Amino acid sequence: MHLSALNLYGQGILVSAALVLFTSFVMLAQTRIQPLIYAFAWQGALLSVTTALVALVSGHSHLYISALLTFGLKALLIPWMLYRMARRLHIQREVETVSHPSLIMLAGAVLVVFCYYVALPVAQLSTLVTRNTIAVSMATVLLGMLLMITRRAAVAQVIGFMSIENGLFFAAVASTYGMPMIVELGVAFDVLVAAVLFGIFFFQIRASIDSLDIDRLNRLSEKAE
Amino acid sequence: MVDNLNAWLDSALQTLLFIAGAPLLAGWIKRLKCHLQNRAAPSLFQPYRDLVKLFAKDVVLAEHASWLFRAAPYIVFGAMVLSAAVVPLVAVPLPASAIADVIVLAGFFALARFFQALAGMDIGTAFGGMGASREMTVASLAEPAMLMAVFTLTMTASTTNLSIAIRHILAAGLVLRPSFLFALLSLAMVTVAETGHIPVDNPATHLELTMLHEAMVLEYSARHLALMEWASMIKLMIYAVLISNIFLPWGIASRFTVAAITVGTLAVTAKLALLSVLLALWETVLAKMRLFRVPQFLGFAFLLALLGVLTHVILETAV
Amino acid sequence: MMLAYAAVVAALLSGAVAMAADRFPPALRIGSFSLLGVSGAAALGAGILALLSDSRSRAQLPFGLPWLSWHLRLDPLSGLFMAMVGISVIAVSLYGPGYVREFERGVHTPHHAPSDGAPQPAVHHSLAALGLFTGLFVAGMLAVLLADDAFVFMIAWEIMSVSSYLLVVYQHHNSTSRQAAFIYLLLAHAGALVILLAFGVLAGSAGSFTFAAMRTAHLSPVWASVAFALALIGFGMKAGIVPLHVWLPEAHPAAPSHISALMSGVMIKVAIYGLIRFVFDLLGTPQWSWGLATLTIGTATALLAVLYAVQQNDFKRLLAYSSVENVGIIFMGLGLGMIFIATGHPTIGAVALLAALYHCLNHSVFKTLLFLGAGAVLYRTHERDLDRLGGLIRRMPHTALFMLIGCLAISGLPPLNGFVSEWLTLQAALQVSVLSSGVLRSIIPVAAALLALTTAIVTATFVKAYGVAFLGQARTRHVAHAREVSIGMRAAMALLALLCVALGVVPTLVIRLINPVTRNLLHLGPAGATVRGWLWLTPVSPHVASYSAPLVVAAMASTLLLAYVLLHLRRRATRRSQPWDCGFGGLNARMQYTSTAFSQPLRRVFAPVWRTEEQVSLPAGSADQASGMRHQLHITDWSWPALYQPVGHLVLVAARRVGRIQTGSIRVYLAYSFFTLLLLLWLIT
Repeated sequence: MHLSALNLYGQGILVSAALVLFTSFVMLAQTRIQPLIYAFAWQGALLSVTTALVALVSGHSHLYISALLTFGLKALLIPWMLYRMARRLHIQREVETVSHPSLIMLAGAVLVVFCYYVALPVAQLSTLVTRNTIAVSMATVLLGMLLMITRRAAVAQVIGFMSIENGLFFAAVASTYGMPMIVELGVAFDVLVAAVLFGIFFFQIRASIDSLDIDRLNRLSEKAE
Repeated sequence: MVDNLNAWLDSALQTLLFIAGAPLLAGWIKRLKCHLQNRAAPSLFQPYRDLVKLFAKDVVLAEHASWLFRAAPYIVFGAMVLSAAVVPLVAVPLPASAIADVIVLAGFFALARFFQALAGMDIGTAFGGMGASREMTVASLAEPAMLMAVFTLTMTASTTNLSIAIRHILAAGLVLRPSFLFALLSLAMVTVAETGHIPVDNPATHLELTMLHEAMVLEYSARHLALMEWASMIKLMIYAVLISNIFLPWGIASRFTVAAITVGTLAVTAKLALLSVLLALWETVLAKMRLFRVPQFLGFAFLLALLGVLTHVILETAV
Repeated sequence: MMLAYAAVVAALLSGAVAMAADRFPPALRIGSFSLLGVSGAAALGAGILALLSDSRSRAQLPFGLPWLSWHLRLDPLSGLFMAMVGISVIAVSLYGPGYVREFERGVHTPHHAPSDGAPQPAVHHSLAALGLFTGLFVAGMLAVLLADDAFVFMIAWEIMSVSSYLLVVYQHHNSTSRQAAFIYLLLAHAGALVILLAFGVLAGSAGSFTFAAMRTAHLSPVWASVAFALALIGFGMKAGIVPLHVWLPEAHPAAPSHISALMSGVMIKVAIYGLIRFVFDLLGTPQWSWGLATLTIGTATALLAVLYAVQQNDFKRLLAYSSVENVGIIFMGLGLGMIFIATGHPTIGAVALLAALYHCLNHSVFKTLLFLGAGAVLYRTHERDLDRLGGLIRRMPHTALFMLIGCLAISGLPPLNGFVSEWLTLQAALQVSVLSSGVLRSIIPVAAALLALTTAIVTATFVKAYGVAFLGQARTRHVAHAREVSIGMRAAMALLALLCVALGVVPTLVIRLINPVTRNLLHLGPAGATVRGWLWLTPVSPHVASYSAPLVVAAMASTLLLAYVLLHLRRRATRRSQPWDCGFGGLNARMQYTSTAFSQPLRRVFAPVWRTEEQVSLPAGSADQASGMRHQLHITDWSWPALYQPVGHLVLVAARRVGRIQTGSIRVYLAYSFFTLLLLLWLIT
């Protein structure tokens, strides 16, 4: 849909969608743990703003609940948990060395173009205001995966995973104005449980191999050393 | 015909205003920074006094300097004046914009930089070469980011003529364009790098090993130095006006009446004053980064501009 | 057409005169080079006439195979390239007589000359051979442009390749020269073979080897793509696209400088002519995927080549890499042209094609100029290594001025010519909003931004080259005593520098001249690039973009004049003094930034692009002394070890396998023949 055909709220959806994409790139570029958590929180907040705007434009009031849920869970609770965990593990200032950061960013940009290409048929079928953002939501999923692939720190892995979940939620909002309420609640609960479990795992991992570098997990196999 | 003549006259006047106003902007930024950093601030008109002082002095040339070293300040200044002539300041349509579009503008900057770098190398000292080498590196990374940011604008307005593009944006009214947000951020980062501000360069320092821009003009004196300094003030003003008039075009005069032009002048002054506050804050809060962090900084600017183009294609056009 | 014949014949005659007058070097110089000049002038005349009259003249010559006489044709496209050859040849013929004196006297080997100027054994070179092959080389290039069937084309192409090989190997006492020439010969023949195959595909469906028949042939899309791919590889190899470029930076600098100028300035353009002729003229409507491939290759070539160029310390090698980079820019224009034409926007396609053609013309002018200038420096100082030059602006003021113009032009700075073609390319790229495919719409701006990156690094490259070679202080003693070159050599450079300015300041007139080419290729009406008169260049429409170089120059000149006059109203003293030396004193030439130092930041930013071996060693026991420190840096192109060495290795292994059938016993060979005979008999029945 052409930009000029939308009202200001519709344009607002696009802007906040673009910003969600931007936070994905920020996470990809950020090598320190603490700013990474902040970027993730911002992504959650922007996602909830997008959802609220979609609710406003489309008139689906259940999306307001989703927006609130997203805000509470992904912009506040989970980041806070991650942050506290990082503090307790004394890793919040750790810097990870990522090889070829600029290549990863370029790969991210290529992924965005690829998503656009893939999402084009879907978007052409759709009649929703949000159809242009389907590609962005897919890109958010793939960028989350790229984050998981390129990082070794366990916390970054978790954030990548949560970011994938953000993308999926976004895709649901963009393509069908959200999933049924019960599914959304279930997913939200799952994510919360996952976050708690990850926290427990962190301590376990560190207790057993004395590091949160997941590349060292292959020491657990019998072959290594 | 009379209209046409009026427009060209207005062009000439705007250029003069541009050149005359540039030191004022520089003085204002300096003053703001002093206030923010708890220092006693110089007068707003200090840059004018400095220029006048330099123009009155006798030239001292380095022993090995060739004719190129003496010609460079004039060429650099000329290129900047020409660039200032094609950027709409207080009113559109600006007929001079047709002479050189925004890509030519980038070309003028490159021309000025070319001669500045050559002049730096001409004296045959390590500083000149060092400054030239660093400036060219920074510029070669900044230029694609700048053009990419500008492409976002030109793809939206489907023209590279600045005057027509600004009129197009003005006519569209208030439209929230995600691509412009990215382009704005990117252009702001490029501005900081290209005009030698913190965190890329520190215009106040003369500490040899950290200089970029200053290392190239180290050997200049008197009128040559004045021209070089003035040119860099104009450059800063061009970038500031580009940002404020492209992304926030409101207030710019679109008719040649006294009232409209007064409003336009006030509007652009207010916008520039506000932008300067942001720049001064930015310079106060951040520290200068190491030279080899600068590519990452500019790489991020390029990524922002790239996102601008991509969001323009993905989000802003009909599927 | 007559003029075109005259050009070819004069070129051949110049070779023949050189051969005949072997014993009398002055006569040889004058006769051979003036005939070459005549040839250049005739070619230029023929080209411009063909462009002006916008006509096609055909001819059939009763040579060649009995059932296929030679077809020749001169149309605006070949006219344009002929004019390019003409310009460069005229410049070379002015420059040559002065330059080849060196070979007459016998030369010091230029690039291994020790810095202290110890005399080396002088080697005598045959001027006759040089003249003969130069004549043949020029004639070959002209004949390629005239060819109207695949046979003549291939024959002329081979003459061009082989004679240029012989010119590269001219300084054969030098082992790097020999090696470079061998690589060149190998790749040139591989390329020629691929071109032959491409013509074969076309001829297969056309049923004839004449271009006229090929034009009307209809290929299935798959076969057309095959033909395109073969042509892209074949012509691309000669033009030097990455990764097929490896021979170019070896071979071009190895030849004598005026030949390097011809090879880099013109021969590459002949390859591009071949590609344009093949794709836009013979193959019919292109497909957009070809355009995308060409655009991608062009972008990669431009960016990688300029990154290699910026790290070179050898002046001529740097120029050769820069030629590769310019080929990349031309390919970008061609690729954009194909994309727009294939998607049904021929007017924008015409702009892109025009940009590519204009860049061909520009590059042939400024690259010839730069090579001639590098040759002038080499002639007077016997140095190609930038780190040994310096301060030549005072010793060779005219050469320095012309080189400055060349450097400005190649860096794409307004208001010179390089800028015009790059601006046109960018303008074409910015018209992406007409395309319906969003993927293309997001890829093309990225390519355009990479073009901007390329141009910016080119500027850095030539700031480095010019700054290190011509500015500052002389880094070696003999450079400090260099003299200005002869008047003929300066005249050649002045002519080209003037052309650089002219092509930049009045682009509209040039475009009017080139317009028939794109019009004929794309079957369009008159183009709109000059609708607002000669003052304004408006490629798409005045509303979309405009550029007025004459006004820019006028405004610039008046500003400069005004500033100068205002500042010189009162006469003031100018004092000279020592530059700032941090208070230590004793600045010397060795403290200047070198070429290696200049490019260090870029080397660090784009580190993965090169294979860099850097070593810093301190002699034992002097850990705190900077004086004893040794720094070694070796930078190479990745494509050699990554692509060619494995292939070379494979070929060697295969050769060894095949070599086993060589037993040396005559009975075994008889047995081979016997079995071959049996096989053939079985096959034909």
